[in-house]
Amino acid sequence: MSLLAQVLEAISRWTIPVILVGVPGYALAKRVKVYPAFVAGAKEGLEIAFRIVPFLVAILAAVGAFRGAGAMDRLSSWLEPVLAPLGIPASVLPLFLVRPLSGSGANGLLADLIRSEGPDSLASLIGAVASGATETTFYVLAVYFGAVGITRFRHAIPAAVLAEAAGIAASIAIVRLVFGS
Amino acid sequence: MGLIWFLLLALGLVAAAMGGDIGGFTSGAIDGAASAITLAIGLAGMLALWMGVLRVAEEAGLTRHLAALVRPVMCRLFPDVPRDHPAMSAMVLNVAANMLGLGNAATPFGLKAMEELQTLNPRRDTATDSMILFLVINASSVQLVPATVVALRTAGGAADPTSVVGPTLLATAVSTTVGVVAAKLLARARLFRAPAQAGLEG
Repeated sequence: MSLLAQVLEAISRWTIPVILVGVPGYALAKRVKVYPAFVAGAKEGLEIAFRIVPFLVAILAAVGAFRGAGAMDRLSSWLEPVLAPLGIPASVLPLFLVRPLSGSGANGLLADLIRSEGPDSLASLIGAVASGATETTFYVLAVYFGAVGITRFRHAIPAAVLAEAAGIAASIAIVRLVFGS
Repeated sequence: MGLIWFLLLALGLVAAAMGGDIGGFTSGAIDGAASAITLAIGLAGMLALWMGVLRVAEEAGLTRHLAALVRPVMCRLFPDVPRDHPAMSAMVLNVAANMLGLGNAATPFGLKAMEELQTLNPRRDTATDSMILFLVINASSVQLVPATVVALRTAGGAADPTSVVGPTLLATAVSTTVGVVAAKLLARARLFRAPAQAGLEG
């Protein structure tokens, strides 16, 4: 596992530099006018960044208000008595709730969990695996649908939330199985 | 989405009224709005860089080769998207970048894919089945190395920081599978069916 992890880490370190040099190199060999092509693409990228701003403002302001008012803490203290009997440590609950909303918030909570409960505690391990197995769904929704102006999401949220919940449930089960005490 | 957006705000207000922090509500909303701009600016450079590289790759024919490799899988997952449509190669690049943990590079490819999917969309404001499926795959991203998590564990002094890599792969496979199945099944549910198109607008 450790060797595999090292190989995978090397791949993720080298991929970007290799692509940044390799793609234009290959294109030059194919007689593509690389510079104008790059600039045209970059312009398109800037336009997209500009277009998603209103959607990001809407989502991040609402999420900020929700968390700032303490609704997140309240929600996790309500859920605690329900989840404790299922073997879900109460200390990871805030992480599960924040994860779909804010990536940096979730990273902060995981760092905090590792600090307070120890890096190899069951709660930390569950938090770490769940962080890797889930995404900042609402942010992704806002950015991706915002970029093309979609405002009717249909079943996107239920499907994404189901995937998220399955990822969390799987994380708990797998960590208990692999590292179980 | 309007309902969920409103619920976030309303529940925040309720929590504040129930002895939470009403000042926190206000500053949370304002900080959130401000951070949206910061985020977009940070994203702008990344988007410009990767969309530039993507355009070069497209003109050199690289993205077509890559898409051809995984065509059988993609055609089955996205039956509405024509085999040679540029959306296919953009989606493939997005998933590949996600797998390698290149989150910053993955987003531009994903946005490019959305733009291409939008060209196939008969109703500009309504998400298509393919868009939703792609978004769910993206949101339950299969990542080979959870780099941030490993870094946090290293910083926290874990005995073996990478010991979570295997379990994470497994858990992420579960979440992606459930997401794909859910997206496929819910697409058929009457509640979520796209409104009839053309002529019935209004």
